[in-house]
Amino acid sequence: MNLRVGTDDVRSQLRHPMKFARGLGSAKHGADHWWVQRVTAAALIVLGLWFLITVLSLLHADYASAKAAVAKPWNALLLILFVVTAFWHAVLGLQVVIEDYVHTRWKEVVLLVAIKFLAVLGALAGVLAVLRIALGV
Amino acid sequence: MAEFSLPKNSKIQPGKHWPAKDAKKPRTFRIYRWSPDDDQNPRIDTYEVDLAACGPMVLDALLKIKNEIDPTLTLRRSCREGICGSCAMNIDGTNTLACICAIDKVAAGDVKIYPLPHMPVVKDLVPDLTHFYAQYASIKPWIRTQSAVPDKERLQSPEDRKKLDGLYECILCACCSTSCPSYWWNGDKYLGPAILLQAQRWIVDSRDEATGERLDDLEDPFKLYRCHTIMNCTRTCPKGLNPAKAIAEIKKLMVERRSA
Repeated sequence: MNLRVGTDDVRSQLRHPMKFARGLGSAKHGADHWWVQRVTAAALIVLGLWFLITVLSLLHADYASAKAAVAKPWNALLLILFVVTAFWHAVLGLQVVIEDYVHTRWKEVVLLVAIKFLAVLGALAGVLAVLRIALGV
Repeated sequence: MAEFSLPKNSKIQPGKHWPAKDAKKPRTFRIYRWSPDDDQNPRIDTYEVDLAACGPMVLDALLKIKNEIDPTLTLRRSCREGICGSCAMNIDGTNTLACICAIDKVAAGDVKIYPLPHMPVVKDLVPDLTHFYAQYASIKPWIRTQSAVPDKERLQSPEDRKKLDGLYECILCACCSTSCPSYWWNGDKYLGPAILLQAQRWIVDSRDEATGERLDDLEDPFKLYRCHTIMNCTRTCPKGLNPAKAIAEIKKLMVERRSA
């Protein structure tokens, strides 16, 4: 569809401007996306600060003590939360960027699906890594 | 992808120069010109205007140019006092109304005048607002009720009337919508700040009973949620309104009617 519809397009396509303006109508969603983006952002303020402090506290630690720190139950739990929330928040933000700028429909759909796959993959890999350390398998 | 450079036939060429003859207080105006009647690219014409014999506003200078220098210059104007919204254009990089933009308030140097950004141009400073007006009509900007029509007018308390302040003053000049990058990239579906402010004007009206339907119609990733709070709309509004806040209020209502 045309990015912007002017009188010429309306005349040449024999359609009323209202046809373009109403388009396919309201998707009747979007509030969820907006709300979850903000909730995950708020969670990341807390989790991100905790993550930063934890990583800084391990600054000169050797491999064994770093591994032991990750294996602590609270650390493992918060680390998993941090990884999942970060990927969740990132995919919501990337979705907006793609919707804003990618105007070739098939590229848009491919990218929107690809980032979701990659986010799930990344989050699961992170969770699995923490679990393996925490559970010692 | 979004286009970040102008197509070949939109690249701006240097245009004609109209020097002032023995002007007491000359000021240079550089104005975007394009006509659909020849196959030329757009150009920038340069006019020197004697401000000693000209009214104080940019619109006065434009009309002086049209009357005395170059009658082919095309622009919209009607009320010349900031209430009709016809003479909205981009002056010195900011969308505003030419009739309430004082020439001596424009930063030193040449006064650069372009049509509203990222709209199809009909001619010179006249943008094609067909889609913008259709989007306005699409939100059904009139009172909608379910209750029976009363014998007298529908009453409103002074407190409820106050809620329309900052909204009813909008004159639909399109300065805000055409200043919004989100409207530039996705204006085919995104309603833009002007139309969303108008939508909020009806959502917040105590006499309107279609609030839910209005919110239903707006809840869409593109119609409403392309607003990323860039704030260009509020910065540019020549009437000093705050479309960004009106949009934020709509987003708050969307959350209010759902479970957290």
